Formats: sequence, C-alpha cells, structure tokens
Amino acid sequence: MIEAQDIRYAYANKVEALKGVTLTIKDGEFVAIMGQNGAGKSTLVKHFNGLLKPSKGKVLVDGVETTKSSVAALARNVGFVFQNPDHQLFSETVEEEIAFALKNFGFKPEVIEKRVTWALNLLSLTQYRKTSPFLLSGGERKRVALASVLAWDPSTLILDEPTIGQDHEQKEKLRQFIMQMQTQKKTVVIVTHDVEFVAECNPRVILMKEGKIVADGEGKEILTDPALLELSSIVLPQIAQVFTKLAPLGFPKDVIDIYEAKAAILKQAREKGMLK
Amino acid sequence: MAIIETKNLTYTYPGATKPSIVDVSIKVEKGEFVLITGPSGCGKTTLCRTFNGLVPHFYQGELKGEITVAGIDTLKHHTYEMAKHVGLVFQNPENQLFALSIEKDVAFGLENVGVPREEMRRKVDWALNQTGIYDIRERSPHEISGGQQQRVAIASVLAMEPEVIVLDEPTSFLDPLSAEKIFEVIYKLNKEQGITVILVEHRLDLTAKYSNHLIVMDHGAVRLEGDPRKILASEETRLIGVGIPKATLLYQMLKKEGLNLGDQTPLSSEELADQLLEALKPRD
Repeated sequence: MIEAQDIRYAYANKVEALKGVTLTIKDGEFVAIMGQNGAGKSTLVKHFNGLLKPSKGKVLVDGVETTKSSVAALARNVGFVFQNPDHQLFSETVEEEIAFALKNFGFKPEVIEKRVTWALNLLSLTQYRKTSPFLLSGGERKRVALASVLAWDPSTLILDEPTIGQDHEQKEKLRQFIMQMQTQKKTVVIVTHDVEFVAECNPRVILMKEGKIVADGEGKEILTDPALLELSSIVLPQIAQVFTKLAPLGFPKDVIDIYEAKAAILKQAREKGMLK
Repeated sequence: MAIIETKNLTYTYPGATKPSIVDVSIKVEKGEFVLITGPSGCGKTTLCRTFNGLVPHFYQGELKGEITVAGIDTLKHHTYEMAKHVGLVFQNPENQLFALSIEKDVAFGLENVGVPREEMRRKVDWALNQTGIYDIRERSPHEISGGQQQRVAIASVLAMEPEVIVLDEPTSFLDPLSAEKIFEVIYKLNKEQGITVILVEHRLDLTAKYSNHLIVMDHGAVRLEGDPRKILASEETRLIGVGIPKATLLYQMLKKEGLNLGDQTPLSSEELADQLLEALKPRD
C-alpha cells in the first residue's frame, strides 16, 4: 500500500512541483495518473519508490516512511520504469541489462537465467538477447527497460509513459500484462497521456494539475467529462467524443468502451426497426 | 510531378546483418499529407532519414536503388544542401533546441546559409506566426512547455521554407491537447501553404483524419499504400498490427452487424458521429 499524506515537493530551483497531495493506493489497484505536461505526475510517482523525498508531508510504502528506508530496499518491492529508457540503460547487451538488478538482489545464476529468458520472451525481445540496447529503436529500448524491472518481479510496478513509441501490438501486450499483474494482486501505477490506452484498460484515474489532484475516480467517469479534461489538457477518447455528439439521440454520455458503444447503437437501431 | 520518388530502395546500416528498408518504391505528390505507419522497427524512421540524405551520408551503410527528392538525387548531394528542401522534426524537441532565445533558434538555419538580414527577419517572423509562437519569441526555448518547444522546432524548419516537412512522431512526449494543437498547425501549413507533409505516427486515432495518402510498412517493406479510407477499412491492415482509429473500427463493427451508415469509411469521431446522427435521426 502506498500512502501520500499532504506531500509537497520543491526542486532546487524553488519551483514547487507538488503543492499538497494526499492519496492512498491499495494493494492490487491499477491507477493511471494523467494531466498536463508539468502537472507534477512524474514528481509524484518518484516519491513512491523513494527516489524523491517530500519537502513536507509523508509517504508510506507498506507502512514504512520512505525517509526511513533506502531506495535500494524500496526498489525490491517497487519497480520503476522511467519515461526515457536512456536514463536507465547502460549494459553492453540486452541480456546483461536485464540480469543486472537480479544479480544485485542476489538471485542464483539458474534463477537469473530463467527470469531473463521469461522477460525477453514476454516483451518480444528474444531476438535481441545479445544486441546492445543502444542499437535498438526507441520503442524497443523502452521494452528493455521494462523487461529489466519486470524480471525481479516487484509487487508494485510504476511505469512512466509506458506506451510512448509503442505500436498497437505492443500496447495490447502491455495491457494484457497489466491485467495479468492484476490477477496476481500486484499494484500498477502508470503515468500517461495515452487516453485511448486508458480507455481500453479503464483503471482508476487520478487527474493532476499544477501540483495538485483535481479529480480521482473511475476512468469511465473522468474520461467522459469534457470540462474536467480540458482543464488538464487532455482530450476525450474517440468513443467518448462520438457519444458526446450523440446525446441528442438519447444515448448515455459516459461510454468509452467500443463494445459497449456497439451494443448501445445496435439496440437503438433495432428499436427504430433498422435491423432485424 | 512527384516531389519524392524512390525506386527499389534498400538500405542496410553499417554492421547490420539485414536491411532496415527493403525494395521500397513510393511516389509522393507535391502537397500531399502522407502518413507513414507500421509496427515498431518496421523501417519508418529509416525511410524518413533517406529523404534528406541523413541515410546514407551521416549514417553510412549501404544504400541501393534510386531516390529523388524535390528533383534532386540525394545520393549525389550533401544533407546541408537538402535542408533547403526537406525539414526534419524529431520526437523530442529538446534535442534540436540550443539557442538563448526562441527567435535565435528559428533564425539559426538561415544564418548558416547566409540569408541577408532583412529577408531573415521576414522569414523568421513568418515562421513564428505560422506556429503561433511570435509573442514568446524572446523567451528561452528551455523555459517553455514541451508543446511550445515542438512548435519552435517546427518553426526552425519552416523558416527555411522547405517544400517537404518530415515529422517523426512529433508529439509523443506531449499531452493530448498540446499534441492536437501541433497537428492542427501542421495541417494548416499543408492546406494553406501547400507544403508536403510526411508524418510518421502509430497513433492514427489522432492523425488519420489529416492524411490523404497512407503508407503501411512492415519488416522494412511497404505493404500497403494509397487512400487512407480504403487501407484502414481493410482486414490486412489490422492483421499487420496497425492501430485502426476507434471510430473507423466501430463503423466496421456496426457494418458487420448490418447497420448501414453510408459508403465512406470515417477517419474521425466527427465523421462517425455525423453518420450516426443521420442514420438514427427521428423520422415521421
């Protein structure tokens, strides 16, 4: 469980990036943190594994205050994948990159071998096992960074903009993977701008603006509120855009799922005798 | 006349065991808005690098086949000569910005080719106006938002008055509203100034509606090319793993169930909503 109690954080240049944030993320929750560039999203999640310590207020991870624990100790349970993969990659081969943390955590060689193979396979990187991460495309490097964290199986996973540069298939794999983590009661926190991805996953959505939380609720409810989204520089997902315009026909506005959309439209078409 | 034409273009990076683009033959007409998409690692970015000669002049490696851009054989001319004709905008604007003020950043390319002062002033102001950053021109490019930085990168390219602008996922670091504004700026330049646009994107939800020419790549080769409405409606496109816009997908799902919304495959939520409003409107 992650608890933030009225936290404030100011960078060295005195810019206050967090201006009093309070929230609780329970074990097994899937949370998407959204909002404008510079809203404080990345600053907030860096508090969850102790990379940053609050200037005021407290952050507790599984009941322990982050100021009383080291990043290394927190990392075993809270895995963090950066927005820019180049901030975390440094090994000569993809394989070594993924094995690095496992070695540091003292796993046995045969376990390391198994976990590396598993992570490579999961993220479609097996063919690059012996390749330098720096020869890969941006999207592929991002997957190496993710694989290296997944390999040690943390109970909480924080992903900063995981879908940037990822194609449709990779996003679908990521979605399925997150769903799988959910069934194992693991906590997943993503920071993202990708409204379509969030619409497909329908997690709890936390909307931030200027260092504060401005909304917290079900994806379906927040992603269909045009006024709220505009405030945070986010656009409606495409299905919600369609349904906002269909309001005069008596359709509900809070639709983000394509299958729900299809069912609602077909129902009305049938009622109007347009279909058998 | 085609502004970009390639014939059997195949390119292998130095030290790579297989080519990144394979036998690519495409033709882009002047004034088109071309969208290039395809799974990661399909060769989109590499193809774009051939348009201004970065491949092979900067990246080296082996290029086979023919390529002409704005009537110039890029193999026989340097990248700096191509800069007058083709402007490149990358994913992350920070990598492109360096000057003390936005205005200076935008003027840099012109200074390098020795444009007279008066003319430079005119071109820089025009580029700043087109991208909507004239009012902040004296600020540092490092104290503005990511969306504004990407506008500066586009303005810098625009000041050179290129015939073609190539943008490689230019908004992936931006929030959705800032991204939409950037795409509107690009679309306006295409419509009003007739600049040929080549846009590389995965997110067709945001961009398909602007394009009139779609290229789908896979494993280095061009798999499908032509009218976006036809290509996005085809089963093959979905199987390659292209993320079809949700509005297009919903239209297809409804069509399969027998709901007739007209023949035109929609590319945006606006188009689909209009079709649905028309089809389902109350009749007396």
